[in-house]
Amino acid sequence: MLSIESVDKTYPNGTEALARANLGVKEGEIVAVVGGSGCGKSTLLRLAAGLDRTSRGRIRLDGETIEAPHPEVGLVFQEPRLLPWLTVAQNIGFGLSDRPREERARLVREVLERVGLADYAERWPRELSGGQAQRVAIARALAPRPKVLLLDEPFSSLDAFTRASLQEHLLDLWEAFRPTLVLVTHDVEEAAFLADRVLVMRPRPGRFIAEFELGITRPRDRYGSAVESAKRKILRALDLSLRGQREGEELAPAAAI
Amino acid sequence: MTAIETNIAEEKARIAGAEKRLPQRRLRFLLGFVLPVVFALAWEAAVRFGLVQGRLMPPPSRIFATLYQLALSGELLLHISVTTARVAAGFALGVVTATLIGALAGASKLARDLVDPALQGLRAVPSIAWVPLFILWFGIYEQSKIILIAVGCFFPVYLGMLGAILSVDRKTVEVGRIFRLSTPALVRRILLPAILPAYVVSLRAGLGLGWMFVVAAEFMGASEGLGYLLVDGQQLGKPEQILAAIFVFAVLGKITDGLLVVASAPLLTWQDAFAPRG
Repeated sequence: MLSIESVDKTYPNGTEALARANLGVKEGEIVAVVGGSGCGKSTLLRLAAGLDRTSRGRIRLDGETIEAPHPEVGLVFQEPRLLPWLTVAQNIGFGLSDRPREERARLVREVLERVGLADYAERWPRELSGGQAQRVAIARALAPRPKVLLLDEPFSSLDAFTRASLQEHLLDLWEAFRPTLVLVTHDVEEAAFLADRVLVMRPRPGRFIAEFELGITRPRDRYGSAVESAKRKILRALDLSLRGQREGEELAPAAAI
Repeated sequence: MTAIETNIAEEKARIAGAEKRLPQRRLRFLLGFVLPVVFALAWEAAVRFGLVQGRLMPPPSRIFATLYQLALSGELLLHISVTTARVAAGFALGVVTATLIGALAGASKLARDLVDPALQGLRAVPSIAWVPLFILWFGIYEQSKIILIAVGCFFPVYLGMLGAILSVDRKTVEVGRIFRLSTPALVRRILLPAILPAYVVSLRAGLGLGWMFVVAAEFMGASEGLGYLLVDGQQLGKPEQILAAIFVFAVLGKITDGLLVVASAPLLTWQDAFAPRG
């Protein structure tokens, strides 16, 4: 349903953030994209969200080319990015301003209950903890019920406990609304725990170098052998990619001068 | 106690503490009167006991007697209303032009490059330097006074508006883009609330300068207004009248600033401001 078709992205300063990226995501699938910093994984998400334009190739949702933010595609940023002048409920309803008042209230209430923050509806963002704020951010992206939810390292700034609980929350939301999820992360355990499929990226230029169909049934045991072995496979691919990078640099004499 | 019980106990203690503090907080503003009152009493005493000559340094009792006389004759109200009207008109004119030009310069790089250097240059001119020119251009009556006050109010508001727009976080604007806001909706739902706190601060600075410039404006020839009272007090050797006018300026300045704060407060309750207690 979401297809990334031989997409290149070169920034005006000449950085090749993405080269010939291809990826097809099935409806309701959870896809994780892992890679080190600067491998182009965030660029990929910004293109799919319609915030930036591709240099070549195209991104399509159910056949429709995405060139600008699309109503069926939601995005969760690394930081919550809540609007501090709106209450929690108003923040969640931010993307619903075109809906009738009752529908808006209903959608906000439903998703607030889903993320367990029904009692916080009238609070200000400044009164929330980091984990709560990110839950509100996910709720805001999900409130209009998009078909696709993109997440850009959504839990990377949280502590380990909060991160684990938010991963459970995300799965719970996915069970409830069944959006297609594309999650960009540098946390291999997160990818192994959450995803149906994991893609590994390598930088300069950003591209996919490995793909794993995990095939682990849910609910998953975070510390079980299936998740552990998936984690090892992904780590090995990442390690190879890093080694390749180092060799690549050694082969380029210009870089040493 | 479990962690949750401890939390509940702490919360209860916090609420109880807050309830106890409430009447205290209501009286807190009285603290602001302590210094002026102590100073006035000391001054009064110094004159009464002959430590200071009262002729050039009239004690508070004489200043308030003068105020009372002016109030009785209706003069005080006239001077206050004339000066306040001048500040209001100049402030309104200055704020409207500063807001429009500041918004334009903030919205368009072209407009900013075109307008900002010239305005920064003009800002470096001490505004009192315009007085002779404004008298030549606009005469000695209301027009020149209001324009001088408007010039004074213009710069802080222009700078505040422009700075506020330029410092709006790109990340916040992206939230608006992701939800496909139209440009007017982006302005209304993201930009306006984001710049409001800095804009209110600049309005307060502008209003302060407005009160400053009204005195300069009334020095350049006026037959009414608090600035006239100052000049008149000097020429007739009535220091108590000068001090009375100064006192009225202080009160009016504080009241109008307070009105601005109160008027903007409901729009700014969300702010996560640094507010030391105790």
